Amino acid sequence: MNWADLNLMPALPELFLLGALSFILVFDLFVPDEKRGVTYVLSLLTVALCAVLQVATFEPFAVTTFSGMFVDDPVADIIKVAMYGATAATLVYSRQYVADNGMFRGEYFTLSLFALLGMNVMVSSANFVTLYIGLELLSLALYALIALKRDSAAGTEAAMKYFVLGALASGMLLYGMSMVYGATGSLDIHVIATGISRPETNIVLLVFGLVFLVAGLAFKLGAVPFHMWVPDVYQGAPLAVTLMLGAAPKLAAFVFVIRILAQGLGELAAQWQGMLVLIAALSMLIGNLAAVAQTNIRRMLAYSTISHMGFLLLGVLAGNEQGYASAMFYALTYVLMSLAAFGVLLALSRAGFECDKVDDLKGLNARSSWYAFLMLLVMFSMAGIPPLAGFYAKFAVLRAVVDLPVLDFGFFAGSPVYLAVFAVLMSLVGAFYYLRVVKVMYFDGSQTDAPIVVRGDMKLLLSVNALALLVIGLLPERLVELCIDAMRQSLASF
Amino acid sequence: MSFTMIVFYVLSAILLFSAFRVITAKNPVHAALWLVLAFFTSAGHWLLLEAEFLAISLVLVYVGAVMVLFLFVVMMLDINVEQLREGFWRHFPLAATVGLIMAAEMALILAAPETRLADYAPAAPLAADASNVKQLGLEIYTTYLMPFELAAVLLLLAIVAAIALTQRERKDGKYVDPARQVEVKAADRVRVVKMDAVREEAPQTEAADAAQSQ
Repeated sequence: MNWADLNLMPALPELFLLGALSFILVFDLFVPDEKRGVTYVLSLLTVALCAVLQVATFEPFAVTTFSGMFVDDPVADIIKVAMYGATAATLVYSRQYVADNGMFRGEYFTLSLFALLGMNVMVSSANFVTLYIGLELLSLALYALIALKRDSAAGTEAAMKYFVLGALASGMLLYGMSMVYGATGSLDIHVIATGISRPETNIVLLVFGLVFLVAGLAFKLGAVPFHMWVPDVYQGAPLAVTLMLGAAPKLAAFVFVIRILAQGLGELAAQWQGMLVLIAALSMLIGNLAAVAQTNIRRMLAYSTISHMGFLLLGVLAGNEQGYASAMFYALTYVLMSLAAFGVLLALSRAGFECDKVDDLKGLNARSSWYAFLMLLVMFSMAGIPPLAGFYAKFAVLRAVVDLPVLDFGFFAGSPVYLAVFAVLMSLVGAFYYLRVVKVMYFDGSQTDAPIVVRGDMKLLLSVNALALLVIGLLPERLVELCIDAMRQSLASF
Repeated sequence: MSFTMIVFYVLSAILLFSAFRVITAKNPVHAALWLVLAFFTSAGHWLLLEAEFLAISLVLVYVGAVMVLFLFVVMMLDINVEQLREGFWRHFPLAATVGLIMAAEMALILAAPETRLADYAPAAPLAADASNVKQLGLEIYTTYLMPFELAAVLLLLAIVAAIALTQRERKDGKYVDPARQVEVKAADRVRVVKMDAVREEAPQTEAADAAQSQ
């Protein structure tokens, strides 16, 4: 490689993000505490400009740079734009909360931007080294954000749990990567993909590494049996950080899975499909059943996340373009739902009061029928009730699964329809606890009559966010086509 | 058995033993010292792999800098080890069983003839004048430019995170804002409490009376 070859254009948004981030880091030192809003506005501006650059440098095919380590393909573009949106929404929703909880400091914003940079790197990496560094960038920023409210024992405990288990999962991931490197002699996912089909490649060693890779990925997604950290971290972290944790990182984790399993180890699909069937089915089973028993709404949403990740993996395990595209659609709509759900909780929280019990939503309709309606949309969408986006997302994933030929994994052999029926049954269980929230909001008496004070920009964004679920649910074609086209282009480059 | 193989097995035995002692040693200073030994031994492994520069930097950076700093911290903090290790031996049997089963399963797969580990012949030895540092430098600053730069970002993030978690305005800080000092009023310093006078009942009235009559 010589320097004239180095094409920085595909990585322009990341380079800008890093530059702006470093600027904000230094600039914030000179901002007095009462004018911290400047840092907030600068951070939002950075994210917005990143989105503009991302759209401006859009190419309908994959472009690689940095010796093939960085890839900018349509899937990466779409997911990145969605992540900018999710990060911006997170910052807007959490503004009042972080101010009330003494976290309205420069570090909150710089760490959020660091997390965004890490996610961008995860999404755009075509090499195990950069994939791993991106993941660590994201994780390290999240560990620090969770513990940012230093006086909170629950936050510190959550950060500690996440850190220890995250380190373990990273270790598994690295071990798996080292085995794949041993078998194929490369860390580049293009080379790995072509290397697998060569006859002299040691498949046993590859599958051995694959087991550790899948375990590490399942941990990062929060899928059963590597889910134990999810409820504790969702409950213990400051609500604003829970929102951050539950939104954009899920998109990054999805592309991370696609890059490693679909693009890198696509030839081994027959091997990882079996593992994913187990993980997906267990996630839906345990996630939904455990969520029924929760009285804390953050824990309930955490278990619901686990079950949603199971559904998402159902799309991935289809192992074809249709399945990946439906999983991508699922991830996008899930992030919208998660943002809106935690957004409403943040709107209902105020200084000295965190809305984290299901009972805290009692009689919400009497206090504010608009927020009750927004929450109703989110809950219906999560439950998969038409005409909301969640219904179409589930439908698309199930269709991809049903279209599969007969499955045979040794422990499970039979028509994929059984898998789809199981998923539907589990969604039915899920409907119970989502509808319970609706029942509590509309039919129970209010425990408090404290006024709901929300900043105007947040109210507007939250309304747009929740109504988008309705719009996407009614008119899903555009987004579905976008996902399918992007997935086709990205997979074709292999 | 060649000499390098004997060295490899001796080093591995020392490495495994010291790593085990890191988690079982009662005294945290001892644990840190065992960790130093573990790093040192793995540097030996890297030497066997002809990665001289990495071996030296492992010794310099980890043994020389990181672990010394770590020892200082461990010695300065008064850590109650017994409290930290509460439940360690209680959970040990289960954890050891799970660990052993996993290790056995991995060994079974790796030792199976289908794995064909024997196909992986050791790499041919490098020429005596092959420069590790030069090769590393060439690779890092060209092919691996992006991960290299990102590692720098990771370090920056670690600094920001560490400062955000530790250096904040603390309640026990000794810093006083001069503006607040100037603004102070007398009423802020002294609090006048109004209360009724309390007369102490003299206990030795009789003795006092006697003194008066004399």
